[in-house]
Amino acid sequence: MSAEVQESGNKKGKSSKQKKMNVRVDFTPMVDMNMLLITFFMLCTSLSKPQTMEISMPTNDKNLTEEQQSKVKASEAITLLLGRDNRVFYYLGIPDEKYENLVETSYKPDGLRAMLLKKNVDAVRKVEQLKIDKQNLKITKEEFEKQVGEIKGAKGTPTVIIKATDDATYNNLIDALDEMQICNIGKYVITGIEDGDKVMIGNLMKRNGETPPAEAAENK
Amino acid sequence: MGRATIKKKSTFIDMTAMSDVTVLLLTFFMLTSTFVKKEPVQVNTPGSVSEIKIPEKDILSILVDPKGKIFMSMDKQDDLEQTLLAMGEEYSVKFTPQEIKTFKTASTFGVPMKSMKKYLGLETAKQDEVLQTAGIPCDSIDNQFKAWVRHARSVNPDFRIAIKADATTPYLVIKQVMNSLQDLKENRYNLITSLKTVSDEKK
Repeated sequence: MSAEVQESGNKKGKSSKQKKMNVRVDFTPMVDMNMLLITFFMLCTSLSKPQTMEISMPTNDKNLTEEQQSKVKASEAITLLLGRDNRVFYYLGIPDEKYENLVETSYKPDGLRAMLLKKNVDAVRKVEQLKIDKQNLKITKEEFEKQVGEIKGAKGTPTVIIKATDDATYNNLIDALDEMQICNIGKYVITGIEDGDKVMIGNLMKRNGETPPAEAAENK
Repeated sequence: MGRATIKKKSTFIDMTAMSDVTVLLLTFFMLTSTFVKKEPVQVNTPGSVSEIKIPEKDILSILVDPKGKIFMSMDKQDDLEQTLLAMGEEYSVKFTPQEIKTFKTASTFGVPMKSMKKYLGLETAKQDEVLQTAGIPCDSIDNQFKAWVRHARSVNPDFRIAIKADATTPYLVIKQVMNSLQDLKENRYNLITSLKTVSDEKK
């Protein structure tokens, strides 16, 4: 035993009159104390640092010059509308005359994500290829990030406009932002909802035979 | 038949190895973990696949609870003091050194300016109670939240804003916070989320 220091070696009767001492240290209190400290640390600290999502919002500066404003091609625009009760709608391009080209989808992988992946198929494929290259150590991490940035910002990739209604929750917003990351969409923006969008949701719900949110609020 | 003789054995258990293990564990916990900050409200952050870690210092965190109450915290005590003084000037509230000290030691703040002086005079236990029902006003009539962020930014130009909101918070509240930040031209900030992997969702 390591905590035990035994005086030995004098067995053959070399007469030393020293008493045989057994220097043994009891470590039990030490263990007790350590356990207490461990318990304290386990309860009062957190091991994992929280994750974060970095977002940049557009300015609401009204005096932007024409060049600073970025216009989106209608063919590349996808507008997401986040509604109440975890419902999500989208339309491609601009609303049509009757405000009826809205489609409902869901936050599940086969809903929103499938649609976005299909729209962004080129960029997704390129990024996947780069990931494989990175794993095989063909490219460095910096190069990888640079190239991913280029692919995401390239022309022809869709631009997603996220508009949340007041009834949506914060979780919906995060889910939508998450999809942007999963689907490698580099150009997205969060803006306020407009009346036209509300009309579109109302129209869609009427077609489905539901009470539109505006009327439901009035009935209350 | 000889009687089985039981050898006298010592019951002393050697604790050295055990002690080694505990010390090792203790060292591990001390080095890897960070202390949990006391927060006035319980907040469940939504999950996301983002893997960016939050930076360690210069954080101005904004806590939003499901009912839309807003609290703030900063990690540097000196910044806290200066921000409080700047706020006091704007809302013409004078603080005594004792009150400033109380404010500096509290981890999170979030009471309207007009009850701030009263709040700082309370005992610690009472303060927690009051804090839970308070919150920084952030509406179009009285946007003290904006003033706090503005003063904090002028005190420490390097800090990053991190929003920690509950998953069930209505977007209306988040919109108010985001619009206030937008008015201050704070267009880059972090949203704190918890980890969720893509494979988790499929289950």
